Amino acid sequence: MTGDIPIDTHGRPQHFLTTEGLTAKTIGEILDTAESFISVGEREIKKVPLLRGKTIVNLFFEASTRTRTTFEIAGKRLSADIININTSVSATQKGESLLDTVRNLEAMHTDLFVIRHPLSGAADLIARFVPSHVHVVNAGDGRHAHPTQGLLDMFTIRRYKGDFSRLKVAIVGDVLHSRVARSQIHALTTLGVQEVRVIAPRSLLPTAVETLGVIAFTDMTKGLEGVDVVIMLRLQFERMNSALIPSAAEYFSLYGLTRERLAGADPQAIVMHPGPMNRGLEIASDVADGPQSAILPQVTNGIAVRMAILARLAGASGTENKTT
Amino acid sequence: MADGIAMLTERQPLLVGIHTGGVWVAERLHRRLGLDTPLGTLDISFYRDDFSRVGIHPEVKTSHLPVSLDGRHIILIDDVLHTGRTIRAALNEIFDFARPASVALAVLIVRDGRELPVQPDVVGVTVSLKPHEHIKLTGPNPLGIKIMERPE
Repeated sequence: MTGDIPIDTHGRPQHFLTTEGLTAKTIGEILDTAESFISVGEREIKKVPLLRGKTIVNLFFEASTRTRTTFEIAGKRLSADIININTSVSATQKGESLLDTVRNLEAMHTDLFVIRHPLSGAADLIARFVPSHVHVVNAGDGRHAHPTQGLLDMFTIRRYKGDFSRLKVAIVGDVLHSRVARSQIHALTTLGVQEVRVIAPRSLLPTAVETLGVIAFTDMTKGLEGVDVVIMLRLQFERMNSALIPSAAEYFSLYGLTRERLAGADPQAIVMHPGPMNRGLEIASDVADGPQSAILPQVTNGIAVRMAILARLAGASGTENKTT
Repeated sequence: MADGIAMLTERQPLLVGIHTGGVWVAERLHRRLGLDTPLGTLDISFYRDDFSRVGIHPEVKTSHLPVSLDGRHIILIDDVLHTGRTIRAALNEIFDFARPASVALAVLIVRDGRELPVQPDVVGVTVSLKPHEHIKLTGPNPLGIKIMERPE
C-alpha cells in the first residue's frame, strides 16, 4: 500500500497513510521534528508561521475527540487555517459521496485533508484521487491503520524509555478491531524493539497475528511478565457484530489492567492507552491515574507529532512531485 | 569582536546564538567576556522563508531562551551574514517570545550578497566572495572557516 504513493524531490511521500513500510530513519526524523515542536507548545505564543496561508480540512466520518482536537491544535500552532467537518454517512453510500465531498472541498483550494472514516482504505482511496499538490493524512480508517496515533505512541515510548532495542512491549485487549494496534506493531517492529507481545482472548486476536512479528499470549499474567511498556486497547463494541466476550465483568477479571497485574511488569514500566478509556472494563482507575500512567502525556505528545507530520507533508513542493 | 560586544555589555544584554554556527560563536564570546547572564539559542527553521520550497529539516534544534526577553537588550549572534534572511527569521521568532528593549546584531563573518536591509552592529571580519562561493563555519572544536563552490 505504500509502494505507489508519489514522492517529492526530497524522496518524501506526498501522503501519510500508514506506518507500514516506513523506515526506521523516517520514523526517527518525524520523532526528532516532533521533539522540537514540543518546545513551541511551552512558549508564551504557541505558534510558528510554517503553514501560514495553507488550508487544512479535518474530514471526520466517525466520532473523535482527541484526534480531531489535537489535529486542529497542531494545524493552528503551525498557523494554518483549519476547517472541521464531521459527517455521518450510511454505509451503503460511502464510496460515491466520499469522493464527491472531497471534490467539492478541493474546489475550495484545500491543501491538506485529514481523514477519518469507518471503512478501511478510505484515506488511501482519496489519496489516489487528489492532485499532486494536495496531501492526505489518515486519521484512522476502519480496522486498517491509525498512523499518527502509532507514531505519537512511539514518541511517548522514546521520551520515557530512550532506546527501543531493549524494550519489551505488550499490547493488551481488542487487537482484532484495533487500527491503533496495527499501526503500533508495524512501527515497533521497524524500530527494532526486542519483543512485541499481544495479550487477548483468542476471539479478539486476528487469525495468524504472529505473522506480524508478535508473540501472542492468552494469559495476561504471563504476557505482562517483565515488560517495559503496557499498551491497553479499548474494547470496540461498536465494531463487534457478535458476542466476542462473555461479559464485561468476566473480561475485566481476565484482561483488565489492575495494580496487582501491573506489578508483574518491570517496576519502571509505563502504561499507555490511546483513549477513550473504559474505566473498570479494560483498565482500573487507580492504574489509569497512577504514577506509571503515560496516558495524558500521550495526548500532549499527539499535538507535537501531528505538527511534525503536517509540516513534513505541507513543506514538500507539489509541483515538483514525481511518481515512482 | 569581543571588544565591540564589551562596549554593549553595560546594559546587561542577553547573548542569543543562532543554530548552529552562531551558537558556537556565542559560546566563545560568552566565555571570553565572562558574562553572568545566561546564553540563549535560537533555531529559526520554523521561520524560514524558503520552507515551501525546501520543506522541513528533520534535525531542528530547540530554541532555548532562558529568561523572559521582555524589556531585555539582546545581542543576536550568527556565524555568517549573507542574504540577511536568517536574521529576518530570527527577529520574527524573538518577537514571538516577547518584546525586547533592543536587538543588536554581531556576526563573525560578513560577506556580500545582502537581499534584505540588514546590517551588523559588530563584525569579526568582512570578506568578499563570488556569488557561487559559499562560506561556512566548521566546529565546534576547533572552529574553522571553509570556503566551498556552491552547487547551483
